[in-house]
This record gives sequence, C-alpha cells and structure tokens, in this order.
Amino acid sequence: MADNGDDDNQYRIKEGDYVVLKRGEIFKAVQIQPRKKVIFEKQWIFLDNAVGQLYSTTFEILSGGNLKPHELKDTASPLDAVEAGTDNRNIVDDGKSQKLTRDDIEALKEKGLKGQDIIKKLVDNHATFGDKTEYSQVKYIKKKKKKYENTVMILKPSCRILAMMYHGREPGKICHLRYDTLAQMLTLANIHAGSKVLVFETCAGLVLGSIMERMGGYGSVIQMYPGGGPVRAGVENFGFPAHFHDTLHEFPICHVNALLAGTLDTSAKDPTAEEQGSPEEESMVTNTGDDAGQDVEKTEKDKLKEAKVVFHTRLVCLIISLFFTCRLVIASRFHPCPVLLGLLKFLSPSRPFVVYSQYIEPLIECFKKLKECGGTVNLRLTDTWLRHYQVLPDRTHPLLLMSGGGGYLLSGTTVATDHSKPAGSKQAEEPAPKRQKLEDTEG
Amino acid sequence: MSFVEYSDLIQDGDVAIIYLSHNNVMPVKVQQGAQTQTRYGVIRHSTDLIGQRYGSKVTCSKGWFHVLHPTPELWTVALPHRTQILYTTDIAFITMMLELRPGSIVCESGTGSGSLSHAILRTIAPTGHLHTVEFHQQRAEKVAEEFKEHRVDHLVTVRNQDVCKDGFGVTGVADAVFLDIPSPWDAVGHAKVAMKKHGGRLCSFSPCIEQVQKTCEALQDQGFEDISTTEVLLREYDVRTVSLPLPDFGPDPESTEEATPAAPPNHASISLKTTTLPREMPGHTGYLTFATKPRT
Repeated sequence: MADNGDDDNQYRIKEGDYVVLKRGEIFKAVQIQPRKKVIFEKQWIFLDNAVGQLYSTTFEILSGGNLKPHELKDTASPLDAVEAGTDNRNIVDDGKSQKLTRDDIEALKEKGLKGQDIIKKLVDNHATFGDKTEYSQVKYIKKKKKKYENTVMILKPSCRILAMMYHGREPGKICHLRYDTLAQMLTLANIHAGSKVLVFETCAGLVLGSIMERMGGYGSVIQMYPGGGPVRAGVENFGFPAHFHDTLHEFPICHVNALLAGTLDTSAKDPTAEEQGSPEEESMVTNTGDDAGQDVEKTEKDKLKEAKVVFHTRLVCLIISLFFTCRLVIASRFHPCPVLLGLLKFLSPSRPFVVYSQYIEPLIECFKKLKECGGTVNLRLTDTWLRHYQVLPDRTHPLLLMSGGGGYLLSGTTVATDHSKPAGSKQAEEPAPKRQKLEDTEG
Repeated sequence: MSFVEYSDLIQDGDVAIIYLSHNNVMPVKVQQGAQTQTRYGVIRHSTDLIGQRYGSKVTCSKGWFHVLHPTPELWTVALPHRTQILYTTDIAFITMMLELRPGSIVCESGTGSGSLSHAILRTIAPTGHLHTVEFHQQRAEKVAEEFKEHRVDHLVTVRNQDVCKDGFGVTGVADAVFLDIPSPWDAVGHAKVAMKKHGGRLCSFSPCIEQVQKTCEALQDQGFEDISTTEVLLREYDVRTVSLPLPDFGPDPESTEEATPAAPPNHASISLKTTTLPREMPGHTGYLTFATKPRT
C-alpha cells in the first residue's frame, strides 16, 4: 500500500519507542534500542529492522536474530488434499506415528526452513495423520504452529495489552491484579480526562499508567508513595508522550499526618539542586547530611538517603489541591484499611473511591470501619469471574482452564460527613416496602 | 454539572442522583420551584437542592438521603429502562478491551437506553466523538434528549437508521466499534467500513451462543484478527457479623492446674466478621466477542 507520509507517521515504529512483543498469548514489553539484544521466548532478537515499519506488523525472526516483515504467501495449507477419518477408534497412541526425529527437525530449522514448511514436513511424515478426524487435524496444525512458527508481532502499548502481559508474566509484581479487575477499577473510580486522582499503588506502576492513559494528559494524578521514592517502572512501558508526565505528581505518605494536622513545613529554602526532567519543580535539601556534590539526577538510593524532604512553594499548590481530590484508587500490598481511612480525608463529597486487595479479609475490615465512621454510601465488596470461550463451528465451548481469582474490590462514594446524627443509625437500608411514589411536578 | 465533569454545587437544570439506599437510586431533574415525591417525603428543589453541595444530606419529613453528582455508573443503575441495558461490569471490561481513551472515535449500535453510551462519552471526552445508531425512532429521540440534558450532546451524534443496512453513517474514522444488536454478523462489514484504515478494535455483545458463532465466522471472513470471546460476571459479597454458637461437651475431666491461668469463661458463641453470598446471582448477561481490524 502506498504510504500516506505524515498520516502514517504516528503509526510507525521509532527508535526509543516502548513497544510490546507478541506471539500468540505471550507478551513482553521492551524498548527499541539500536543493536540491543532482546530475549523473547527463548530467542535472541535485534529490533533494529523494526524501526520505520508500522505497528502491528508481524516479523519473521531470521537466524542471527534480525527481523524481516512477514509476508503472507498463498502457500497451500498443509491440509489440502489430505483425507480425514471419522473417529479415533483405530488410532493407537504408540508414540511412533511421527517419522521425523527431534534431530531431523533441528536440522530442518538450521537449514532455515520456515515454520509453515516444517509443519508441512511433519504432516507428510505422520503415519496416521490421514486417519485423524478433520477437527483433530486442525488442532494438530494449530499446536505445531504454536511451536514452530518463528514470528513476532510488534504492538503499540496500551492498558489492555500491558495489563494482560503483567498478569501473564509477573502477577506477583502487580499483587495478582487480573486485567478485568483493573478494568472495573478504572470505571468504578470514574477515571476520565480532567480528573484529579489520588493513587496509592504497589503494582509496578501499571495502575498508575492505566489511569494516566484514561486521562489522556488532562487533569492530574498525585501518587502517594511509601518509602523513599515513587516506583514507576510500569508507567514507562506505556510510552506516553512527554507532556503526560506533567500531570503526574508525587507525595510521600510519611508526611500525610503532618499535612492533615497542618504542621507540614512548606517554607522555601535556597535551591541547591535541580531535578532533571522537571525544571519547574526544584527540590531542595535542608538537611546537610550528605549533600556534597549533589547529582543533577537523583537516584532512588539518594532519595532514600535524604533525611528530610523539603517543599518548594509550588508544592504548596499541590498540597492545597490534594484536599479537593476527585478520585481515590488504592491497589497495594499494604493493609488497605489504614491506607483508605487516611487518604479518604482528601476526597471531596460525592466522589468515588476504589480499593483493590488480593485478599478479601482486609476489605471486610475496611467495609465495617467505613460503615462505623459514616461518610460513605454505595459500598460494594465485589470480585469478577472471567471465562474465555473457544468458538468454532460445532466445537464451541468454554476453555478448559479459567482464572481462579483476580482479587477483590471495595468501591463506594463519599458523602458529606454528618456530625449531628450518630453514624450507623440508618433507616434507609431496608428494601422499599411498597410501591414508591415518584411524582415530578414539572412536565 | 455534566456527566463528563464534576461540579460542587447543585444548580437549576442539573440532573442529580437521589441515593435512598443500595438498590434505590433515582434521577431528579433539578428545577426552581419544583417538588419531587419520595417515600421519605417531599423534596423541595429550591430549598433542598439548589445551592447545596453534591454529597449533602437532605432531610425530609419521614427520613433522609444523600444527593450525589451524576456519573455514568449511577446513571446505569438509575436510568429508566427502555430496553435491556448493559451493566457496569460489562461496560468496564468493554471500555478497557476496546482501548477507549480521551480522543477516541467510537461507533455504537444499538443505542438502546444509553447506558453504555454515557460511559463511552465519559471516557472519550473532551476530544473524542461517539456515533451511535438506533433503529427505533422514539428511543433515538429520547436518548438524544437525555444527552442534551446531561450536557454531553456535543460529543455524540445519534442516527436513526438500521446499521445492518445503512451502516454507521461515517467512513474510515472509528477507533472502536461496539455492536449490541440481534444480528451483528450483518453489521460486521459496515463496521469495517466505519473503522480507520490503519485498524481498530471491535466488540460484539450477544446473549446467545449461536449469535456468537455466526459473528465470529463473519469476523474471520472479513479479515479481523485476534478474535476472542469472553464472559464477565460480577459477584457481590454481603458483609456481616455472624455469631456461631460453640458446643458444650460438658465439663473437661482432664483439667489440671496447667490449664491456662486465664482460662476463658465458657463463651456461648464466637462472633466473626465475614461475607455471605446472595442466594442468587447474575449468571449470564452476554458473551463479549472482541477482535482487531488490521491495517487495510
């Protein structure tokens, strides 16, 4: 197809892009760097040849690791002109049906034979292939394709792809948050452009990145972080444009109590260092502990070493805005109860909050505490059940394995706190006894 | 107030959500001088609503409740049904799997009662657009009216036509297409035409497996990739404290001084905080089939 020049430019892979490699259901997030070896599914690949190609192109992995765009040839399917049987009553599984040995196949691979051709050879050398039923033959080919096809697709990252990747590859890093649970969180918390979101997560930045994607660069996200500095590795994988990062702010939770009590030291001091990448926010050190020769770019270790974090007047604005947050999202390995109760104070009334936990018991505690304290309505403790289907003519059924669990969510909406009535005395929880009158006097 | 932007105070002309209880949520069109009857008494808009903060408590003669700012999720629970609607669980999954975000251009059919439509508008605002097609004239008119009341009409175009015959009314612009119609296989071709040249995502929602089979076949024939069918269900837990009685096996004949010094008195029961599940839960809403349109 003829290129449309600029129109296509945003769909072309560039050096430095963060992309996702895909083969079947396996994903891996990598950055396109020149002459850098990347390992994917036990193969070494060089991504250099991908630069300039369009996203969602399928590449063949040549021996040596270089990529070449895969051409879909109109080769005859290995199933053409092969007869099929009716059932498996006469097929004996003696392990001797395939004439090609492992070594033979390796030799073919080394000769540079394409995946499709290896499969054809396997079919030709299969003693009882013609006895299999048609469905069985298709299943066989599909299985071999998975094993021998030497292709990889390069995708533009998105929340959907990264959430599936993390859940498949490193669920431990994301507190076993299943991607549909993440989907529920984003919707229940009403994340959209212009939101002001308070996030506390220890999911490698996946939750943070997903929120940022749904905000499209509008609004602001304040990441509350434990310890010395915010962890955001996952956010990089999304490959956001630079201006998205302007919406991202952070605040250490060790100062939350001081902030709520009004005793936080926000006075400006002389700047001694400037953080790279955020020229408008200067961070200064008052504690003269170990600041000899401050590096321009602070490493995580430096941050941890710092005895005290001091705030610039600009951050005062951040702090003020903190108190009128619109959404609260929590997904961490920390006990959710104190996190939720502490951070809820920053939410305005009639705003949503969502808390994720891998385990249900801590959320039961949260639920009870919230009911006691009042100030929230529409509390729901839920989880979702996810099941995939194989859809083929006459062979449609759910897949044999399904996810055992994806974590639990507690969601609700804040309301104005009422101090006159003791919390817990509600008469509004019973179902409507009779037909309810609803008469609007206007048209 | 709008469905795509929060505000703090209730104003004349807003649509506010009256939260009476867990399963009792109703929308109210706020108007100077108007009144609304509820089981707890009369709400006088001018004094009880206008000028009050969203989230405040309103007390009536027989009780009280809270007024909430509208969101697509509350709207889904509160809206007057003209058709069977999609609920938040499916909506959330669809939103992520279609990769919707601010600026997305989406085509949808049928609009129905507008449950999903509101959620899409919220996600694609302020720079995206929704082209929604509804073949029932009254429903199309009603939903257009609601979009206007909810201050989202600038983000949506409602077309009263049959998507299977006339398509979505746009060509080569959509990042995502959603189908919730009786014969989605007849609309797949039109969906392809409406989608951008360099590709996009498609979702079809069907209650019956036969529909799913036909749709998957049509998707395959039209060159769609990554075709997958999934089902998502919500389980809601009821949190409560239960009291479990302990059995009385009689006095313990083996008890010696080694018995714990702080030997607990014979508790009749143990109380614990736990969850119970409802007797019945939704077991099926519909199958969600997703696919990717490759570059054409």
